[in-house]
Amino acid sequence: MARVVVNVMPKPEILDPQGKAVTGALTRLGFAGVSVRQGKRFELEVDGELSEERLAEVHRAAETLLANPVIETFEVRVEAGRGDQQVAVETAEAAPAGAH
Amino acid sequence: MVSRIGVVTFPGSLDDVDALRAIRLSGGKPVPLWHASDSLDDVNAVILPGGFSYGDYLRCGAIARFAPIMTELIKEVEAGLPVLGICNGFQILCEAHLLPGALIRNDVRTFVCTDQDLRVESIDTPWTCDFQPGQQINIVLKNGEGGFVADADTLRRLEGEGQVTFRYINGNPNGSFHDIAGICNERGNVVGLMPHPEHNVDPLTGPTTDGTLVFRSVVGFLAAKV
Repeated sequence: MARVVVNVMPKPEILDPQGKAVTGALTRLGFAGVSVRQGKRFELEVDGELSEERLAEVHRAAETLLANPVIETFEVRVEAGRGDQQVAVETAEAAPAGAH
Repeated sequence: MVSRIGVVTFPGSLDDVDALRAIRLSGGKPVPLWHASDSLDDVNAVILPGGFSYGDYLRCGAIARFAPIMTELIKEVEAGLPVLGICNGFQILCEAHLLPGALIRNDVRTFVCTDQDLRVESIDTPWTCDFQPGQQINIVLKNGEGGFVADADTLRRLEGEGQVTFRYINGNPNGSFHDIAGICNERGNVVGLMPHPEHNVDPLTGPTTDGTLVFRSVVGFLAAKV
């Protein structure tokens, strides 16, 4: 099992009204001098060993469905090992439990 | 023979019933089609209606574009089947690459619902042949993601080849490049537009009945072909 992340962003020349709205809200909150562009992050849990072919398949999936290459760019990244992630997940889950 | 015109219902389609009604009022035989079917039921033309297919998840039209019926539709488009995409249907046609460009969130960042003035820029399609060239019409526009974008080469080609079918006039409501409200493919059989002609077919429910001409166009086109 491996985790592959696909990050999708609107192309630089494409207007990003969501990013603009977020930028506006941040400015109103006093976070001046930041400009936001909003994208999407997909986490794919891939069964079996992550071979070159499997990775190429994820790339094709990103190109076919996850991103629209007419208006978006995407990058495919392989996440760090399984052990690290379990630690991260447990930490995240522990926080709300401790707050009770 | 009365032309059979199909309307595809996807999960989340809203305006399929209005489109079916518009076909009936314009002299065609409306045929409801289901997204999960792999048959077009021998219809003579197809409308992809407005709405929020698959809840607009991922991107508008991105998931509907891979519905089973789309495989058959894409095949028939190559054979010349007249297809009209209205609003969400236009988005589906762009996602399927049956039309160039894409539709993004309105630049005004709000949902827009208005009686919109348009100019018919091309009557060389099965869906516009009953209009007068340059005819000015008023049809309701209602969408959140209606901003038409395309790269410079595509825009040049659309303008140069007469593939801009409808243009917004008296104000651009959503930031569409070149005020483009609707386009067609190179062959002209596939047309997509953001405004909703199916809502402007009855004086009881709209300020104009300008939308009727879209449906009369295709009914007339198909009758002349037989």
